[in-house]
Amino acid sequence: MNLLDVEDLWVRFPTSSGVFDAVRGISFSLGRERLGIVGESGSGKSMTGRAILQLIRPPGRIEAKRIDLQGKPLLNASDKEMRAVRGSRISMVMQDPKFSLNPVMTVGDQIIEAYRLHNKASRRDARARAIEMLEAVSIRNPERVLRAYPHEVSGGMGQRIMIAMMMIPNPQILIADEPTSALDVSVQGQVLGIMNQLVQDRGMGLIFISHDLNLVAEFCDRVLIMYAGRIVEVCEADKLHEAKHPYTQGLLNSLPRLDEPKDRLEALVRDPEWRQQPSVSGLL
Amino acid sequence: MTTETTNSRAEQSFREWLLSETPSSRRHARLAAAYKGWLRLRRNHMAMFGLGILVALVIIAAIAPWLAPYDPYAQVLSDRLLPIGSEGHLLGTDSLGRDILSRLIYGSRITLYIVTLVALIAPVAGLMVGTIAGYVGGWTDTILMRITDIFLAFPKLVLALAFVAALGAGIENAVLAISLTAWPPYARLARAETLTIRSSDFISAIRLQGAGPVRIITRHIWPLCISSLIVRVTLDMAGIILTAAGLGFLGLGAQPPSPEWGAMISEGRRFLLDHWWVATIPGLAIFTVSLAFNLLGDGLRDVLDPKDGKS
Amino acid sequence: MKSLSVRNLNVWFGEGPDRVDAVKAASFDVASGGSFGLVGESGSGKSTILRAITGLVPTWSGDIEIDGDHVLPKRGRAFYKMLQMVFQDPYASLHPRHSVDQVLSETLQLHGFKDIDTRVNRLLDDVGLGAAFRFRYPHQLSGGQRQRVAIARALAPEPEILLLDEPTSALDVSVQAEILNLLSDLRTEHKLTFVMVSHDLSVVGHMCDNVAVMRDGEVVEVLGIEKMRRMEPDNAYTKHLLDVSLNYASS
Ligand SMILES: Nc1ncnc2c1ncn2[C@@H]1O[C@H](COP(=O)(O)OP(=O)(O)OP(=O)(O)O)[C@@H](O)[C@H]1O
Ligand SMILES: Nc1ncnc2c1ncn2[C@@H]1O[C@H](COP(=O)(O)OP(=O)(O)OP(=O)(O)O)[C@@H](O)[C@H]1O
Ligand SMILES: [Mg+2]
Ligand SMILES: [Mg+2]
Repeated sequence: MNLLDVEDLWVRFPTSSGVFDAVRGISFSLGRERLGIVGESGSGKSMTGRAILQLIRPPGRIEAKRIDLQGKPLLNASDKEMRAVRGSRISMVMQDPKFSLNPVMTVGDQIIEAYRLHNKASRRDARARAIEMLEAVSIRNPERVLRAYPHEVSGGMGQRIMIAMMMIPNPQILIADEPTSALDVSVQGQVLGIMNQLVQDRGMGLIFISHDLNLVAEFCDRVLIMYAGRIVEVCEADKLHEAKHPYTQGLLNSLPRLDEPKDRLEALVRDPEWRQQPSVSGLL
Repeated sequence: MTTETTNSRAEQSFREWLLSETPSSRRHARLAAAYKGWLRLRRNHMAMFGLGILVALVIIAAIAPWLAPYDPYAQVLSDRLLPIGSEGHLLGTDSLGRDILSRLIYGSRITLYIVTLVALIAPVAGLMVGTIAGYVGGWTDTILMRITDIFLAFPKLVLALAFVAALGAGIENAVLAISLTAWPPYARLARAETLTIRSSDFISAIRLQGAGPVRIITRHIWPLCISSLIVRVTLDMAGIILTAAGLGFLGLGAQPPSPEWGAMISEGRRFLLDHWWVATIPGLAIFTVSLAFNLLGDGLRDVLDPKDGKS
Repeated sequence: MKSLSVRNLNVWFGEGPDRVDAVKAASFDVASGGSFGLVGESGSGKSTILRAITGLVPTWSGDIEIDGDHVLPKRGRAFYKMLQMVFQDPYASLHPRHSVDQVLSETLQLHGFKDIDTRVNRLLDDVGLGAAFRFRYPHQLSGGQRQRVAIARALAPEPEILLLDEPTSALDVSVQAEILNLLSDLRTEHKLTFVMVSHDLSVVGHMCDNVAVMRDGEVVEVLGIEKMRRMEPDNAYTKHLLDVSLNYASS
């Protein structure tokens, strides 16, 4: 059985100048795999992730034929049920790590609190676990970072702290929204290694939202390419570089390359036609 | 007929102009933002209900002399303690034969006076102390916050009582006492907000333009603290009215002939069992106004919360 | 055009057992009109170096020179008129309650310009936004548009040195291409000296002539871009970084 099935998902925002559809009828499923979602800024990647957890702020609305977590419908779950799901079965690493951390509480207190919410442990044990977790995401000197406030850690450290926290409840599904955008390649590799292990060893499902096409091609199993709230193409990750849609090709061409220097980068030219094309299904 | 349609068309295009996503001047942008906030507030029926009550209160206070059927101080001892609905006295009379409706109407002036003064003094003082402590940090922060803690350590009413006892009874002193007890929570709130704002990149960016601390605090930090303060103040208004009424009730606020609502309850309590309306009607007035402020505060929270600023 | 030279820069935070040495004895030179890249491990002190140069962190020692002149601990308006910075996160670097117009005109006003109206419009044109965006608020802008506003703000005082902290890491690739092209154009047009932090070696390779590689607060190597392209670094960590990034770029 698939971990997650989403069919005909819409995310709508009523605004003063009419209804804005951020996500327009997409369908996909998630097995015990690494599913990548790529696309340009504003294409609805984050909204898709948030909609699964019903984290769209009003007046935003979620509509769908179904959102099933292991066959059980999530769509009409009560607030209480959703909280239980969010806490322990599906975790999400938000896009802007520093916004998600409480700015007036130390990093350590936040991790320890989160850990003790899900595990029966004394403060001492929780602290020891917190240090282990920070080491696992290759943070040097974790003792110090535990005592630091969020504004005292670097951009990349903030991202890694969020990832460490989201692993605590041992979720079945992890939605990671641009989790590594501020990390250098080497640390990125280590962080991805941890996520990979969770998928392989524990059979977790991973939704990996990113704008880094090379990374997604390398790391994921399957990729959804989004444009203007729809899926324009679904492909195997290792075939991403042979993608057919001109939008995907445009995204690939706009990357600078270390081995092929050029004077100007190609900017993507958008075809209005792309908006109208029907959404491709990513169901399994 | 034709003028009507052109009128509505002009109105229509004015609304479109206000809702435009691409304002064309500074004034236009400000008007548009205000109009959108108003639209959002209007969608919240409870908040509109609260706002309606408050607007009515302001109007009543403004035209009190024309509205009130009697002089609020005029005593007619033969008409003492008339019940609700008596002829000529819609809400009855009190123990000295004064018309309760008239006193209620004049009393709204005092209530508004207290509320406005407190709302001007306490949050502004709190905002200054909190933002300076939060932005400057170090010793300044420690000293200012310890002072705040001392004020916070006493129960509000007790502290207010002590102040009034020291300063002497009267409305101005009651206002001062309430303000003195009300600012510390605002200072805390403003300081907490300042701490999160202080280290953000947009403050660094304006420092890189050579801006000094005064400019940063007043132009960049205040606008971000003010919305949560306004919400907090409207929510606290009920408490402020009640404290003022409490002081009046204890005889430390407005002095006897004055139709302050709290003082009216205090006078009426002697007759509570036999003539319940004398104390209950001003009580209901206090309740209604407090509720109105609370409802409005809830609505304002939705409008002003910067996190929901997207749309 | 101005040159920038950093000698023996140390930056630390806190005291006693909590002291963090974020930058240790870093030295590098940026030629006048050059474009210099800072790459390295996350948390290695790249942003901190830029913040020390601009005076946003008070605790540093060492020597920072601009065109041979020592930079004083207390920096005045004149300094900020010559050197500006673009921050890492476009979502955090604009005041949420200030419109684009307010941001730019306040900056211009602080630097004592008189013809503010025309200058605001020209700046918006320079960064490819146009007058239509002038009265928008940050929440009405996409990440790429915000970063353009931040660049316009940094260009407003007509600086000669521009420090860029990961100007594109929060943006998607198509916007990244637009911003990088924009920066190259602005550099030739306004004769700017660039210092650019990035964790993406291919971005640095595209934009810069020389690169310093950092790890754990230290500059482990300074090398020319040609040498980097040929994959001939002297330092083992640089080699490792290059290997990893080429590996996944060509997958
Ligand atoms: N509260 C809101 N009201 C109206 N539109 C909104 C609101 N929140 C988001 N949107 C719009 O929804 C669209 C999708 O946003 P989303 O955050 O999913 O983009 P994204 O693909 O994650 O982009 P990025 O790569 O920049 O993070 C955007 O066009 C955005 O402007
Ligand atoms: N205000 C501060 N107080 C204490 N420590 C700080 C402060 N600012 C930065 N640091 C520490 O300095 C070190 C370097 O941080 P910096 O932000 O310069 O890293 P970076 O190289 O920019 O990393 P990234 O690529 O992840 O942004 C980190 O260990 C960080 O925790
Ligand atoms: Mg997103
Ligand atoms: Mg950084």
